[in-house]
Amino acid sequence: MTIALPPQTSSSPPGLQPEGWLRYLSFSLDHKVIGLQYMVAGFFFYLVGGALAGMIRVELASPISDFIGRETYNEVLTLHGTVMIFLWIVPVVNGAFGNYLIPFYVGARDMAFPRLNAVAFWLIPPAGFLLIASYFIGGAAQSGWTAYPPLSLTTPAAGQVVWILSVLLLGGSSIFGGINFIATVLKMRRPGLKMMQLPMYCWAMLGTSILVVLSTPVLAGTLVLLSFDIIAHTGFFNPALGGNAVVYQHLFWFYSHPAVYIMVLPAFGLVSEILPVHARKPLFGYTTMVYSILAIVFLGLIVWAHHMFTSATPPWMRLFFTIATAFIAVPTGIKFFNWLATLWGGKIALNSAMLFSCAFILHFVFGGITGVALAQVPFDIHVHDTYFVVGHFHYVVYGGTVFVIFGSIYHWYPKFTGRMLNEDLGRFHFLITFIGFNLCFAPQHWLGLNGMPRRVAEYDPQFTLVNQISSVGALLMALSTLPFLINVFWSAFSGKVAGDNPWNALTPEWLTTSPPPVENWKGEAPLVTHPYGYGVPPGQIDLKAATGRELWSSGQ
Amino acid sequence: MALVLSGLWIGQNVDILPAAASLNAPIYDQLFRVLFSIGSILFIGIFGLLIFSLIRFRRREGETGDGVAVEGNLQLEIFWTAIPAVVVLFVGIYSYDIYDRMGGMVPLSDPHSMHGAMMTSQGSDSDVSAVIQASVLGTPPEPSERIWGGIGSGQVSAAPTLPVEVTALQFAFLFHYPQGDITSGELHVQKGQPVELRMEARDVIHAFWVPEFRLKQDIIPGQPTLLSFTPIKAGSYPIICAELCGPYHGGMRSTVVVHEPDEFATWFEKNNTATVAIAPGASTTG
Repeated sequence: MTIALPPQTSSSPPGLQPEGWLRYLSFSLDHKVIGLQYMVAGFFFYLVGGALAGMIRVELASPISDFIGRETYNEVLTLHGTVMIFLWIVPVVNGAFGNYLIPFYVGARDMAFPRLNAVAFWLIPPAGFLLIASYFIGGAAQSGWTAYPPLSLTTPAAGQVVWILSVLLLGGSSIFGGINFIATVLKMRRPGLKMMQLPMYCWAMLGTSILVVLSTPVLAGTLVLLSFDIIAHTGFFNPALGGNAVVYQHLFWFYSHPAVYIMVLPAFGLVSEILPVHARKPLFGYTTMVYSILAIVFLGLIVWAHHMFTSATPPWMRLFFTIATAFIAVPTGIKFFNWLATLWGGKIALNSAMLFSCAFILHFVFGGITGVALAQVPFDIHVHDTYFVVGHFHYVVYGGTVFVIFGSIYHWYPKFTGRMLNEDLGRFHFLITFIGFNLCFAPQHWLGLNGMPRRVAEYDPQFTLVNQISSVGALLMALSTLPFLINVFWSAFSGKVAGDNPWNALTPEWLTTSPPPVENWKGEAPLVTHPYGYGVPPGQIDLKAATGRELWSSGQ
Repeated sequence: MALVLSGLWIGQNVDILPAAASLNAPIYDQLFRVLFSIGSILFIGIFGLLIFSLIRFRRREGETGDGVAVEGNLQLEIFWTAIPAVVVLFVGIYSYDIYDRMGGMVPLSDPHSMHGAMMTSQGSDSDVSAVIQASVLGTPPEPSERIWGGIGSGQVSAAPTLPVEVTALQFAFLFHYPQGDITSGELHVQKGQPVELRMEARDVIHAFWVPEFRLKQDIIPGQPTLLSFTPIKAGSYPIICAELCGPYHGGMRSTVVVHEPDEFATWFEKNNTATVAIAPGASTTG
């Protein structure tokens, strides 16, 4: 019991790097250490963001502003959005799983730029603490995570400037990570491994990183200009000085819509890894999956103005962005149908990883349907900036990505630590998260349709009951982290020993010890050309019949 | 088939929207029903398929084998690329049509074509030429003014427009009636008479939202904005600021009172402070 979590690897060559648990607090260059650093730091910020969400739901349990002050409420909602997006979801789906898995998948011993990788991680804790500290020193930003001017120019300047600084640091971290992933996937592949033989998560991270590298600098530039407006009283976005507030919105959403894909594309990739293993079937339609990722990347860059249908946008622009946005549903739909086809006819293990992944499919389909509806200008004009959008957004990023993060932790925990997570606790965790999540966010769609705007501390008393239902759901979600935390800590010491490959999986990370040695493999890296080669040969079954059934069921 | 029918049935019977109190609201509700039908069909279908797969293909006690090694099926994949593409295209064209009927796609040169008409120049907002210039520079929808088929708006749109100047500031809406020099904290309008709001924001971005009218428009400082609508149902409805505008954002609310024509004339006369003023609605319909 004196061994700290996670257990130390047996072979550690002497060097300047600390060993044992201390390396998780060091400037380690090992991609696996950095991946876990991202994950633990991200999870810490998830708890912070969750506590902030809890404050919001407590405030909204009653229709009057009675729990926290109005300024504080706006600080809380700003911090909640910023922390959850920039410090939890983006670092974890990209940084944590990306760093841990990508070198394995391409057959490399580390990322292309290990030092840059460590720098990218170590930008995150100071940025996060800076952001949170701003609340205690003079007050945090109050203008929402969107920081629209002129509001962000008129709220207390110190908090807003710290917010900008923090987001710039996090954006820098994200860009460093993105460059590293692109270089690793394109240049570090083991000789003989072709692009079209890579596991799907590599493609997802390649697409995501392209989005990061193309769009994050735009946000950074915009925020620098915004900080000039605040500090130096320039007038880029200040209408009182001849600036234009709408330009900020265009620039902001040019990053922040792709940011949604930066959050969900890696989740798509992770699900594509989890489903085939636990359904014991090859990933259905590999090639179309790759092309749909590329299509999502392309379309994701040209849809930003759908966040601005009620701002002053000309009609042609509304029409263009409606159609572009709606068309994202096509490549996304391909992926979902392919996942369903992957499950069809499999031998599905109903474990926690699978349950979280299937709940992801369900939630994301729902969020996708409301998303296509929101893309329609006339529909959006009514529900824009209401709780309908809040519900839609959380179905996509929580019901989608966060469920995948949990599923992925259940799937890869044996690799990280060498021990299995407890399945009963895991299913219990799934059950209350699933119920709590749907109870919290499904009613919010109704609230938005019926007239409750977002980002309010007080509301029409007719919405009290539904808000209280939503708050109960939030409480369940908060409680659901307990079995998870207990499970993670307990299993680290006393979990069932996993062995190298407990899932009998074929992707390269399972073809080494658990946890893996410092340079991933003893000896040469394996060449995996069929990462999804599960299943009995197709000759032995009636392929025609299976196809007919699939055709029938998907055509409904 | 049963799925499609049940989806259509759900779509036709869904009733979760607030009352429809402006001319464009019933058109909006039509779109909502169509989207709800399509959405229900898709969601129930995928949900059913997923649950069925999880039960039917679950790994049973003692089973260790693999599933079928099907790596893909090009025809199937083309099929489920084509179907969503067609559905999305249909929805896009349909919503374009709805938007057009709500007045959103009126040609820019049409002086009645604005809903978010604004100008980025610094001209005075009360300046008539500036407003006209704004409409030419162009922007979006204007949900009344146009005669919509099947809704019986022909008579209605013949009525003269009631102009109201709206000022949004932290944290209130102020309504000024130039025809009677009335300033009010509530918006009073007449059933059946088109209203034209000339909106401007003093400090930060606000948004004018009346859920019962299915209308929302951001009011951006420096950009005088026009929004028109025709109320069709008497009653009081909330006006809500929908864009985060500061600490009291949640309290930035007002009321729009839709009067019957004679009631409106009474209200207008009572508050009229202009020396020569003609109550716009009273003279024609009252």
